[in-house]
Amino acid sequence: MLSEFSLIALFILIVMGFATTLVLIPQALKKIGIVPSKPSEVKYEPYECGLETIGETWVQFKIRYYFYALLLITLDITVIFLYPWAVELKNLGSSSLGVIFSFIGILAVGYIYAWRKGALEWK
Amino acid sequence: MEIRTDSTSLDIDRHEGNLIKELRSSSTKPVTEPSGWLSEDLKRNIFLTTVDNVLNWGRKSSLWTETAFTACCTFEFISLSSSRFDIARFGMEVLRSSPRHADLIITAGTLTWKMAPQIKRVYEQMAEPKWVIAMGACGITGGIFADSYSVVPGYNRILPIDVYIPGCPPRPEALLAGIELLRKKVEKRSFLQG
Ligand code: SF4
Repeated sequence: MLSEFSLIALFILIVMGFATTLVLIPQALKKIGIVPSKPSEVKYEPYECGLETIGETWVQFKIRYYFYALLLITLDITVIFLYPWAVELKNLGSSSLGVIFSFIGILAVGYIYAWRKGALEWK
Repeated sequence: MEIRTDSTSLDIDRHEGNLIKELRSSSTKPVTEPSGWLSEDLKRNIFLTTVDNVLNWGRKSSLWTETAFTACCTFEFISLSSSRFDIARFGMEVLRSSPRHADLIITAGTLTWKMAPQIKRVYEQMAEPKWVIAMGACGITGGIFADSYSVVPGYNRILPIDVYIPGCPPRPEALLAGIELLRKKVEKRSFLQG
């Protein structure tokens, strides 16, 4: 049973080895002098479209963005399901209408729940 | 003067103005691109030449362009990068929005002194080795705006230019010719130059 996963372990090893090599090759080439290295202060500063950074570069984003992103994804998926349905509506007949409405209904329950819980309010 | 998050917009404007003034007064003469190495007869052995060939082949086949396009010449560049002229043939179709990925800057457009510090900073943040193509009359001398108080009279005031392409704007074919020239230049580089 466990040996079935040995291939995956091997895969992980290969991936890690590959990633490490890719990081190390330029470093090694830099050591030999093949890759030019001209460090300067400006070069190591954060890139902000050529402007100087004002304040901290590493800022924290509000966790509430996460809720919005999550709700948006559900909406996105609804659209992805609706689109092929709409294209094939003629062939599927009127019975598909009920199916799709129950699908939207299930999602709507979730949405209304989130709404009532105040997930859409910015606090 | 330091800029902080609580600086007023007046402070920021003043800081920016000072930067521009500084850059302007310090770049009255064109920067010359050191081209001595092009005709250099370095005694090279076979190993070095082979390494150079491989490196330069890689470099010239993946000249990734930084998107720092300031004015109308850009449209000729856009035309060049789309299917009709197809710079994907040279491995150049990847336009990078970060200087960390780019090794070529094509100066498509008029440069004003207000934008100059930004372009210079982007150039300084690019990875080595880096190349600059001055595109269009504005890129070379400031073009029809050369007399203006606000226009940089040629990108060579702030950047070392490798290839100049005249025209207002240069046709995509001219740009292709310029890119060919740059590729020839890249081929001649030896890694001993650092
Ligand atoms: S050279 Fe002509 S086309 Fe190009 S940026 Fe200047 S004015 Fe515009």
